Amino acid sequence: MSAQDTVRHGEQLHLIRLRVNGIGHDVEVPARRLLSDALRHDLGLTGTHVGCEHGVCGACTVLMDGKPVRACLIFAVSAVDAEITTVEGLTEPDGSLSPVQQAFSECHGLQCGFCTPGFLTTITAGLNENPCPTHEEAREMIAGNLCRCTGYQNIVKSVERAAEITQAKEAESA
Amino acid sequence: MTTKLMGQGIQRVEDQRFLRGKGRYVDDVHADPATLHAAVLRSPHAHARIVDIDVADVLEIEGVHLVWTYEDLGPLSAPMGEPLPLLIPHPDLTQGRTQYALAKDEVNHVGEAVAFVVAEDRYLAEDAVGRIKVTWEVLPPVVGVEAARAADRLVHEDVPGNIGARSEQKTGDVEAAMAKAPHRLELDLDIERSACTPLEGRGTVARWDPDVNRLQVWSSTQTSTGVRAAIAVKLGLDLGQVDVITPDVGGGFGVKVVHPWPEELLVPLAARALNRVVKYTEDRREHFISSSHERGQIQHIEVGFDDDGRLLALDVMFWHDHGAYTPYGLIVPIITSTQLLGPYKPEVYRVVYESLYTNTVIVTPYRGAGRPQGCFAMERTMDAIAEYLGKDRTEVRAVNFIQPDEFPYDQGLIFQDGRELEYDSGDYPASLEKIKELIGWDEFPAFRAEMAAQGRTVGIGLACYVEGTGVGPYEGAHINIETTGKVKVATGLTTQGQGHATVFAQLVADELGVKFEDVEVVTGDTRRMPYAVGTFASRAAVMSGSAIHLAAKRTKEKVLKIAAEALEADEADLEIVDGVVSVKGSPGASMDLATISVLSNPLRYAFDEASKAATQFSVGDPGKPPVAEDDEPGLEGKDFYSPERATYASGMHAVIVETDPDTAEITILKYAVVHDCGHLINPMIVEGQIHGGVAQGVGGALFERMAYDESGQLLNASFMDFLMPFVTEIPDGIAIDHLETPSPLNPLGIKGAGEAGVIPGSAVFASAIEDAERIPITAMPISPSELFTLRALHAETPTTQERPA
Repeated sequence: MSAQDTVRHGEQLHLIRLRVNGIGHDVEVPARRLLSDALRHDLGLTGTHVGCEHGVCGACTVLMDGKPVRACLIFAVSAVDAEITTVEGLTEPDGSLSPVQQAFSECHGLQCGFCTPGFLTTITAGLNENPCPTHEEAREMIAGNLCRCTGYQNIVKSVERAAEITQAKEAESA
Repeated sequence: MTTKLMGQGIQRVEDQRFLRGKGRYVDDVHADPATLHAAVLRSPHAHARIVDIDVADVLEIEGVHLVWTYEDLGPLSAPMGEPLPLLIPHPDLTQGRTQYALAKDEVNHVGEAVAFVVAEDRYLAEDAVGRIKVTWEVLPPVVGVEAARAADRLVHEDVPGNIGARSEQKTGDVEAAMAKAPHRLELDLDIERSACTPLEGRGTVARWDPDVNRLQVWSSTQTSTGVRAAIAVKLGLDLGQVDVITPDVGGGFGVKVVHPWPEELLVPLAARALNRVVKYTEDRREHFISSSHERGQIQHIEVGFDDDGRLLALDVMFWHDHGAYTPYGLIVPIITSTQLLGPYKPEVYRVVYESLYTNTVIVTPYRGAGRPQGCFAMERTMDAIAEYLGKDRTEVRAVNFIQPDEFPYDQGLIFQDGRELEYDSGDYPASLEKIKELIGWDEFPAFRAEMAAQGRTVGIGLACYVEGTGVGPYEGAHINIETTGKVKVATGLTTQGQGHATVFAQLVADELGVKFEDVEVVTGDTRRMPYAVGTFASRAAVMSGSAIHLAAKRTKEKVLKIAAEALEADEADLEIVDGVVSVKGSPGASMDLATISVLSNPLRYAFDEASKAATQFSVGDPGKPPVAEDDEPGLEGKDFYSPERATYASGMHAVIVETDPDTAEITILKYAVVHDCGHLINPMIVEGQIHGGVAQGVGGALFERMAYDESGQLLNASFMDFLMPFVTEIPDGIAIDHLETPSPLNPLGIKGAGEAGVIPGSAVFASAIEDAERIPITAMPISPSELFTLRALHAETPTTQERPA
């Protein structure tokens, strides 16, 4: 029986391969399954959080081919050709914190931690594009994500600190 | 000696898992790969009778395991057929009403739970919910305070006037004092609804274990023990058969202290009935229409004062919108009515409120809990007096302050905890000096002139508050030093992002003399600490912090007793540094905590080299019992902290705003906070709490409102439409200064800090916008279009604060 013939609870399933954090995963999902649910519940990568399911809060932000996207607004079946990075994939190869993660820890950029994965992925992409943001650009970089705990001040500080850490690391390795 | 950790901005230990995506929130709990998922049918009407519910089609859907309506619940457990508990009864709440876990006969707000479905996944469960057919008889709804007061329609047929409670407190003869006052003013004020809206909604997972007849429940709650007790009662179980675990919680701000939510009962009931793990995760729309809101009040204030602005008589009446039911009693209006007084001491005060039913979502405490409204009433009054007398707003406040030498100060009222409203400590004149300095109060006229020269309009505002924090009745802590030397700490209250694992570890490390890294804190797990109250009312640091400190002291006593015997030294000569006990001045005579832990437990069996040293054949006097009569095995300490009354934190906020002459856009130019929460455990975390609170205060003042239409539909039940501040809406940098007046009520001299940031939000913005625009601001939140309209009205018929005849 081919994958296309699989039916569960009256719903046709699609066998897809999702590439997440450099690893391929085969999952069978209905066409309507959200990428956020597939990541969380089918792959067990629960670091990606769901805060609103209508694309506003940004807690579910993951990187698709390096660009931040709302995992709650994408069907899993439409992510097959992409390289997805979730918060679990942000750490350095040796398991240490990435500059953005490190900066959040240093600057108290999180409280309950629920929105944090979305901020981390968003800022990671933002700094890739603009490694030396001005203060205003740092604020703008996070302007699409909601946080109810921190009042953002320390998140902005984290963006600036992450840029510093990255630059210091690059200077070190140069 | 090791450096003292209390007072240091230690980086949070919990961050490591959050930053790596390893946090465990309820929806992450993976108790069983075959977990079933629940969805709830919610009322589409604000007020309606249920004529019939037809679920015939639903069970035929493949993958659906269960569908329940009210009729199904009683037969499963008799108490489930009764209304949900009224958690905090009060003698004034003469007409308390609570909902049923699933609506019986009638619904009273859009979103009320009507039917419950369990299926293989949430998608299927929602499909099934969509197939349930309900026949409704729609009734006219009561929406908003004015409609409730008019009472030409009733929310509950048997509650006359829609009045759930009418309450009065007074400190003297207000009429006589008012009559004698040289000046009098009246104000009518209005505050709209907002809500906690944590980024993580509610969630519950339950597993019934038939082998041991036990229920295990994970819930995103602010009170694991409360949820546990409610589940036990409603499911007909012994308390000992129910474990409630609160893992990481994605924000609470009050909404998660309400319990039990219908789903917190229905999920465990279904888990037991189906013998399967069942999970419910609330979605965002559900959160808006089926959890809780706060803030909605209309207020009328009469004030009598002398030429200096001194309060001679303060007479307040307010109408509080408590929504469709009263599960959390009168806590919010009680707090408004008492905390309204802030740092001031009116000669006579009377407050009367009516708590009213409306066909809208229930109202329960939201961060600040009634205080933002009280602060709004009091601070608007202060500004009105200053305006009337032509005095500086800070001067009028200063003449009314309780003075530093007047503490403890009894306001002559009864607070929310049923105790006297007696302030423990504070220094309000010092706070005022600090806030004036921080915001640049005295330099503002020059700044205003400078801006005016550029055609720009600016205003400055100030607001003061006192916050009763750390209410009882108690919290406890249990500390266990493992045979590895690691220190395990358990306290029963929960954590929602306040950094408890860090601040509590700081306290333990200080008291026990162990390394911070060796302390691990567990919160909200009834298996580890079954006696607890919860995390709300800025009480965690005061209550559990004190209990943990006391438990650490007890543990230390035992450590020193065992070490003294083993080292043949006097306890008084011992010290503990970095987990090693040694005789002061004799570095050779020492012993680490791991060894002491081994020695504390005389063993029958040797499991490893360490335990071999502790077998009954190796230690102790063979002439005495291995465990003395007044002792217990193990290196543990447990204690509880129960205060006489709340501690009173205080603070002052100030803001400078600019209003656009054309668009009426309101821009924050500067925001300053002076805060006194007694001794700080971790200033970094306290300041984080203030930042977050200020953001919520900005939201409440300028953006957030629950837009109900006349039929009781919430029109903005999504993040698209309910405006919460993004970074673009909050001040870029808040100036913060601390004052530390220690509380005499607890061993650490601390007061709560969780809610301070949000309390003066509406008051301080109203003050600043009024100052900029010279138009009375009496209703919050205020949007640019509302300010625009106010300007137009004011141009037509200039209004001033009402003056006495």
